[in-house]
Amino acid sequence: MSWYNKRLAKSIWVFHVSASPCNNCDIEILDLLTPKYDVERFGIKLVGSVRHADAILLSGIINDKVSPKVARIYQQAPKPVYVIGFGTCPATGCCFKQTHNKDYEQGHPIPIDLYIPGCPPKPEAMIAGVAKLMEVLNA
Amino acid sequence: MSRNVVPVGPYHPLLEEAEYFTLTVDGETVTDIDLDIGWMHRGHELISERKSFTQSIYLVERICGICSTSHPLACVHAIEDVDNIEIPERAAYIRTLIGELERIHSHLLWLGLAGHFIGYDTLWMWAWKYREPVLQMIEIISGNRNHYGMMRVGGVAKDVDPASVPELRKQLDTIDSKMDMIAKAAKDDPVLKSRLKGVGVLTKQDAIDFCAVGPTSRASGVRGDVRKDEPNDAYGLVDFDEIVTENGDVYDKLVVRVLETIESTRICRQCLDKLENINGPVLNNVKEIGIGEGIGRYEAPRGEVFHYVRTDGTNRPIRHKVRAPSYVNIPTFEASCKGIPIADALITLASVDPCYCCTERSIKINHAGGDSPGINLLQLSRAKTERIRRTIHG
Repeated sequence: MSWYNKRLAKSIWVFHVSASPCNNCDIEILDLLTPKYDVERFGIKLVGSVRHADAILLSGIINDKVSPKVARIYQQAPKPVYVIGFGTCPATGCCFKQTHNKDYEQGHPIPIDLYIPGCPPKPEAMIAGVAKLMEVLNA
Repeated sequence: MSRNVVPVGPYHPLLEEAEYFTLTVDGETVTDIDLDIGWMHRGHELISERKSFTQSIYLVERICGICSTSHPLACVHAIEDVDNIEIPERAAYIRTLIGELERIHSHLLWLGLAGHFIGYDTLWMWAWKYREPVLQMIEIISGNRNHYGMMRVGGVAKDVDPASVPELRKQLDTIDSKMDMIAKAAKDDPVLKSRLKGVGVLTKQDAIDFCAVGPTSRASGVRGDVRKDEPNDAYGLVDFDEIVTENGDVYDKLVVRVLETIESTRICRQCLDKLENINGPVLNNVKEIGIGEGIGRYEAPRGEVFHYVRTDGTNRPIRHKVRAPSYVNIPTFEASCKGIPIADALITLASVDPCYCCTERSIKINHAGGDSPGINLLQLSRAKTERIRRTIHG
């Protein structure tokens, strides 16, 4: 599929899923689209439907209530789709490890391909993370 | 009569966060609105009871990424209220400075999103572009763009470097001139005016009945600002105006927020003046917190945020209750959304600047079986009646 991935890397369309975060990664993701960081220069574009997306930007701990919905969104996405976990929450649970609203033993409902740690990660780190994904796709 | 329902969410391109609205419509007109919230619930209050006071300040910071100093501020006010702990004067000014910078960035964020919702992406790009200097200022002061980690019981964690004050002033000047431009553009723009005037009106009586707070109530002509009513930190020592308008529509909410931003830059300037003259420590050493209860209030960008802490002499709260402003502002949809065209419904929903992350930390969720919470509650209620009936009649 390398020919496909190479074409994909030219312009990654992303869909944003906020799965019980604190909202901070989400506004930083939106911040990437605005003039200072402007990720559209890399061909990255936020789309309204997951059916158009090549990558899912996931933030938050994915609690038990949103978990089935997130799984459904992943099913709806055309494959291959890459899931990028923004912030510390999808990676380790941040300070919500002791929450009663998530069963950490069950793990996440969807596989995550790339983690960008930070609470929240700086926009530069987010761009670097997505650029790494592009590198892998181009390889 | 047939009942047409438009579901919005939980993942909708318009919504930043996961939330679920059910709009009942008759033709183009919204006749009823129902909300299903709780998607963002992470259980802060329970986790907080297992953390020490200093840790719980970091925890409440992560209730919401936009009000990430309002919650810590209200929390430290509550803990300080238990033992009447005093803070140094310099720390008070630093707290106020950060609080106001947060208000500027939050209002600009809302302004941009409101523009985005009505298809005015130029306003979105402008507002977010001019929000960057604020984040830069916060980064200079605290070291992070969001989640500042500055609040401590008895003061603040870091001092403002006197060498950085001129740079902060320069950034503040940029914000000021750009805000004037945005305020003028928003006021003179005929499209914005005709699109937002008279839309989603929340009358003064409704605002009082629903106990709305913050810019939502002030746009409807109801006075009420914690910074004026119960000044804490340095708010009693600086000069600023409370912005109140009368109409209660989306346009007035926009005007209130834009003018409040300009007031906030005024407060920031006064704080910087004081920081140049006042020297001293920024943190009182607090050894232990006694037994008692404390309440803390702070005027977050969205309205009053309220924290309650009960302590038992150990280093952790035994009860920590949080009430976020959106919790009381969200029910006003009931009054403002009924009878308006469906095209106006979404900007009306956005106009209270709802923050679901703030609101949903204390809601009990019962999603097992996929029933809506209402049905489960009804079943629970009926089962209880049945139990009581059986015990009485044997």
